[in-house]
Amino acid sequence: MKIKTLAELTSVKECACKLMSARLKGKNSADTNAKEEQIQEGSFKKTILVCGGPGCSASKSDVISSNLKECLKSEGLENEVDVVLTGCFGFCEAGPVIKIMPDNTFYVKVRPEDAEEIVKEHIVKGNKVEHLLYTEPSTGEQVVEDKDTNFYKKQVRIALRNCGLIDPEKIDEYIGLDGYKALATCLTEYSPEKVIEIISASGLSGRGGAGFPTGKKWAASARAKAEQKYIVCNADEGDPGAFMDRSILEGDPHSVLEAMAIAGYAIGATKGLIYIRAEYPLAVHRLQVAIGQAREYGLLGKDIFGTGFEFDIELRLGAGAFVCGEATALIHSMEGKRGEPTFKPPRTSEKGYLGMPTNVNNVETYANVPAIILKGAEWFSSIGTANSKGTKVFALAGQIRNVGLIEVPMGTTLREIVYEIGGGMKDGKKFKAIQTGGPSGGCLTEKHLDIPIDYKSLSEAGSMMGSGGMVIMDESSCMVSVAKFYLDFTVEESCGKCTPCRIGNKRLYEMLDKITKGKGTMEDLEHLRNLSNVIKETALCGLGQSSPNPILSTLDNFWDEFVEHVVDKKCRAGVCKDLIHYEINPSACIGCTNCARNCPVDAIQGERKSPHTIDQEMCIKCGTCVTKCKFNAIRIL
Amino acid sequence: MENMINLTIDDIKVQVPKGTTILKAAKSIGIDIPTLCHYELKGQGVENRPGSCRVCMVEVEGKGNLAAACATNVSEGMVVKTHTLRVIMARRTVVDLMLSDHPADCLVCPQSGKCELQKLAVDLGLREVTYSGEKSVYKVDVSPAIIRDVNKCVMCRRCETVCNSLQTVGALSAINRGFPAVVGTAFEQKLSDSTCVMCGQCVQACPVGALSEVDNTRQVMRAISDPKKTVIVQTAPAVRVAIGEEFGMEPGSRVTGKMVTALRMLGFDYVFDTDFAADLTIMEEGTEMLQRLDKYLKGDKDVRLPIMTSCCPGWVNFFETYYPDMLDVPSTAKSPMQMFGAIAKTYWAEKLGIKREDLVVVSIMPCVAKKYECQREEFKTDGNPDVDYSLTTRELADMIKLLSINFADLKEEEFDRPLGESTGAAVIFGATGGVIEAATRTAYELFTKKELGKVDFAELRGLDGVREATVDFNGTPIHIGIAHGLGNARKLLDRVRNGETMFHAIEIMACPGGCVGGAGQPYHHGDFSKVEKRLNAIYEEDRNKPLRKSHENPYIKQLYEEFLGEPCGEKSHKLLHTHYFDKSAKVEEVDD
Repeated sequence: MKIKTLAELTSVKECACKLMSARLKGKNSADTNAKEEQIQEGSFKKTILVCGGPGCSASKSDVISSNLKECLKSEGLENEVDVVLTGCFGFCEAGPVIKIMPDNTFYVKVRPEDAEEIVKEHIVKGNKVEHLLYTEPSTGEQVVEDKDTNFYKKQVRIALRNCGLIDPEKIDEYIGLDGYKALATCLTEYSPEKVIEIISASGLSGRGGAGFPTGKKWAASARAKAEQKYIVCNADEGDPGAFMDRSILEGDPHSVLEAMAIAGYAIGATKGLIYIRAEYPLAVHRLQVAIGQAREYGLLGKDIFGTGFEFDIELRLGAGAFVCGEATALIHSMEGKRGEPTFKPPRTSEKGYLGMPTNVNNVETYANVPAIILKGAEWFSSIGTANSKGTKVFALAGQIRNVGLIEVPMGTTLREIVYEIGGGMKDGKKFKAIQTGGPSGGCLTEKHLDIPIDYKSLSEAGSMMGSGGMVIMDESSCMVSVAKFYLDFTVEESCGKCTPCRIGNKRLYEMLDKITKGKGTMEDLEHLRNLSNVIKETALCGLGQSSPNPILSTLDNFWDEFVEHVVDKKCRAGVCKDLIHYEINPSACIGCTNCARNCPVDAIQGERKSPHTIDQEMCIKCGTCVTKCKFNAIRIL
Repeated sequence: MENMINLTIDDIKVQVPKGTTILKAAKSIGIDIPTLCHYELKGQGVENRPGSCRVCMVEVEGKGNLAAACATNVSEGMVVKTHTLRVIMARRTVVDLMLSDHPADCLVCPQSGKCELQKLAVDLGLREVTYSGEKSVYKVDVSPAIIRDVNKCVMCRRCETVCNSLQTVGALSAINRGFPAVVGTAFEQKLSDSTCVMCGQCVQACPVGALSEVDNTRQVMRAISDPKKTVIVQTAPAVRVAIGEEFGMEPGSRVTGKMVTALRMLGFDYVFDTDFAADLTIMEEGTEMLQRLDKYLKGDKDVRLPIMTSCCPGWVNFFETYYPDMLDVPSTAKSPMQMFGAIAKTYWAEKLGIKREDLVVVSIMPCVAKKYECQREEFKTDGNPDVDYSLTTRELADMIKLLSINFADLKEEEFDRPLGESTGAAVIFGATGGVIEAATRTAYELFTKKELGKVDFAELRGLDGVREATVDFNGTPIHIGIAHGLGNARKLLDRVRNGETMFHAIEIMACPGGCVGGAGQPYHHGDFSKVEKRLNAIYEEDRNKPLRKSHENPYIKQLYEEFLGEPCGEKSHKLLHTHYFDKSAKVEEVDD
């Protein structure tokens, strides 16, 4: 069936809404255009949403989903309650998570064997399964609805609006939540110029890292004259630990397809390409399904909405090189060439794929577009700060309580993220640093926590927004080692084209390695800074120019720690093996022999019930004894 | 002046056309910004400008980072500083980094003294390597003509650009990523197993010692010192207009006589000239051309036209690799070098009573591919090659330097007879269009039975990559095509393959400019005006020759009378003609 008019789209939507009524009732209706009273009763009285995000999938959320279905069937409820495996809910720490609609009951750390109890107690009897409810760590109280948790309270979900709410493999569900309405509106009501005007006025900027104004980019491609233009979606997400784009593509692929078609209309392109890494097989699959469904409905292809507008999308699989996230390298890779950047200008908006004007935006940027079209530029620009509008998705990781995927308005402070959304530090440890922007970013400290997040403030503080990686570290992290970790990544991922990045980063890494091994000198610290500065200002592309950021920011913010490594040959975090040794405190050791029995190299001696000692010559500093000792008797010095 | 841009470089106001890079704008007012990766064969449509070495960094007012001068176009009102302390320190650090991942065996490197990295390090006053660390290690790849020691590669990509853009051979490209990134072959094949045609333009382009020719000077010295051996030498036409550069002389200096003297001083028993064999080539190839033309004009539909020249070994490899369907199109005539070897080891050796195994034939060539050519099996008799060793112009210069000969001050001597006599037609073999011009001079007279009024064919000369001209053979228009550089050859060949244009004869040379721009010539470091000067010198040498048509060479006549009989006769077929092999499997291997 082809959808040719807005009215036909609306009728598909109405059918979908019926089936999704349980969800729509539960969802805060302010987020959709559907008013509660308009929601028609569907056949399903309840819906169980099961998170199918990467983390929950790894904890068998697919088994949870099938167990739930089985239990419902054996209760004869399969036609009254449906189970939907959705995209990522974001709350990975509590995963696997499920949500029962319309009553919004949020269950966490669900195991496959809990399915029966959930069906029997909650669905059949209407009782909450108390032990699966989330307990707020700060208050110790149980929270029933997800929106009441500290994790979700401050979040505003625009790019992730449908993730966790719809079945990503059903286009009807996307349409049910106003999907493709933005495209219909653009094609039937707005001129291409008007579309660009809206995007420009919204203040949306590139979510891939650099923050280039999206409207400006579109306008440049629109200005360029050529027979063929291209819309490219950069889905080459490569920051260590980042999974924002992956979650959007796995959870809500149509939002990206719709946005690309809108961009195509705005700049005059008929072809779209999504460059996605082959390591994201599920996202690739979801996109393939979504493209197929959109074509079937005529939402991709020729004469979309009967307006004569033509647009189609193909996938291009990348081999997962980090540098291919850089627009020019990405385009070369798509052309079958070596994935390495070339200097700009010409920008891709003038000369991109196959030499034609090409608009390249990242997944998250696109995901915002339909919402902006539907709700208006003013709505979007009312969210955020003076110079950064809207929201940003972050992948929260590290030594905080709540790791996961979050979307917050620009201007949210790092403190809010760490202590409210993130739930504060784990195991009562002290906050030490927050790393943003991935390998191109920097490490910020306590004194930066009240910075409201936006492109400008983060870069002024010596870090950057980046694509949204955020790692929070406590005092057990050695900052020299952290810098070394990121350099190791850039050395590995440099394309090797320009000298500063190919050789310079390697030399930076080697110096850091020397320092962590206690062989560094104060001269090395000077060289580290000098070389970092030269690489920053001489490297060819953004990857090289930003690769020294983790070093420069740690040198600035954790200078003492570097000096300790060099002068005192000490690692205060106890991470650098060459700079630490383990000692047993004789007054705490009760001689349980547990450490000695577990020491892989038999370096611990001692009689039963008398204090043990470690042979420093033999000790390989593996740390096993520390984890085995129940009496805190082993100290790292 | 809409398309002109005004800017200031080092406080000097300058106006340049829109689209000019800072590098070229600076050059236009005499400011040389050092670069390593930038390499341009001006007029040949080849520019390597990856902006990757980051040596040419300059400060542009209002820009946060430094800018690469080769990769940044000028803009109105731009203010550029090319040598602030910040700039100098950045350049030093970049070169310092390169040296930190370099074997630094400069004293024994084939490129020592000619190395652009070495020069940069000297100019930037580097006295120690600050950022030392791990070095990348790769295997050294030795092929019959080219040695690849990519331990010295600086990833400037010049070789990649000439191999792909200029030559469309595509044997070299960047492989690996990060620190181990380097220029290599597909699947890290050996060069001899790759699609490489041994043209050697990569060697000419390499700024460091990562690509060099196989050094045969020691074998030649050993042969000369062997009292049992008679060692004779032949010199290609393009060598005499280029070797002077190695001794500080102006490009285009004609030093034929000095070169002959030097070769005698080196101990060669006889100093002969490949030009003699070039005249012989014209007799054979010209006759073959006329035979085919005659058949064609008589309406024979099976005859293959155009006839193509076959004296360039890089070109021969190229069509054997990429045009296996056209193996019967090129002339079967051997190259002058191989004809010389075949005649020297038969006619001349018999005349002097020298046994084949005691005769060593050395060639001095502007070419790297000749090293490969002389090793081809079909050019051997019982395992003994017609040409034993082929040296480049550079290697000859090295040998002269080895003997501390003061080349510039040498007196001028003449080639030995009979294999040293030649005409002006033979000399112009060294320039693009020269072989076909020489053939035209002879073919015209043989075809029309009339004497040429004007020997110079200006319409066949020049440096355009692909040229066409029609020569009137007394009422019969002969359509001639010329290409130099294998990329241009491909354009011409595709037109022939697709039947787009009817040519009677085509000349192709693998190197830009022909042999004067050969890979074995003194390094021009991207200054193509040097090649142009050599080219002009070639025509000057021709003008000064008393005889200018190959068939007028008295010793060639004598050779046919005494030994060969007639051109394309039975004996010349055996000695002076060859056949070609289908090497396309190499391409398919990579494409799979």
